[in-house]
Amino acid sequence: MVATVALALLGVTAVLVVHRLVRGPHALDRIVAVEILVTTVVAGAAVAVAVWDYTSAVLVLLVLALLGFIGSVTAARLAEEREDMR
Amino acid sequence: MNGLVQTALEAATAVLLLCGAVFCLLGGVGLVRFPDTVTRLQAAAKAQNLGLLLILIGAALRVPLPYAGLLLLIAVFQLITVPVLGQIVGRIAYRTGAVERHTLTVDELAERLAPPDAPDAGESGGGRGRGT
Repeated sequence: MVATVALALLGVTAVLVVHRLVRGPHALDRIVAVEILVTTVVAGAAVAVAVWDYTSAVLVLLVLALLGFIGSVTAARLAEEREDMR
Repeated sequence: MNGLVQTALEAATAVLLLCGAVFCLLGGVGLVRFPDTVTRLQAAAKAQNLGLLLILIGAALRVPLPYAGLLLLIAVFQLITVPVLGQIVGRIAYRTGAVERHTLTVDELAERLAPPDAPDAGESGGGRGRGT
């Protein structure tokens, strides 16, 4: 029950974030949206870890959180160099 | 007694997971509704990560101790990396013109970025803030 409600809320969050990812309008908006999407995935997997004792996913979450950060920073620096990237 | 502790932990986990999911949803709503990049960054960097932290703490209460440590490590990484990303994206948004400056009430960075011989720029301005 708790898992269903929490995952449903996170699913709605993901839909809203994808809406912003598609709409833009600036590249930085999309970069922020991707970062939030990764955060939402980590949150959803953490719910699965808590409810179904799916502990083997914990290391995946650790890697995903760090890779999301590195990717977002790299993309943001690219958007700074190429100001026409919109 | 042990069963009571177990029940209390499960109840705490349920409350934390639901609160975290609600905060994540609020972050998503803010990301869609707010008018420009910097305000969206606000929703992203605060509401969303509070939600993630609550969910991670809730999960850490349920799993065995080593995994709980790893979940808290994820939370610490998140607390370190999100301000860095917010700083970088905010600065790039300002410098590439994604921020509409006439909507800002206070714009301290403009004084720092102004050339030193401009009439309203203090001596403390020039140089700072131009770095990478």
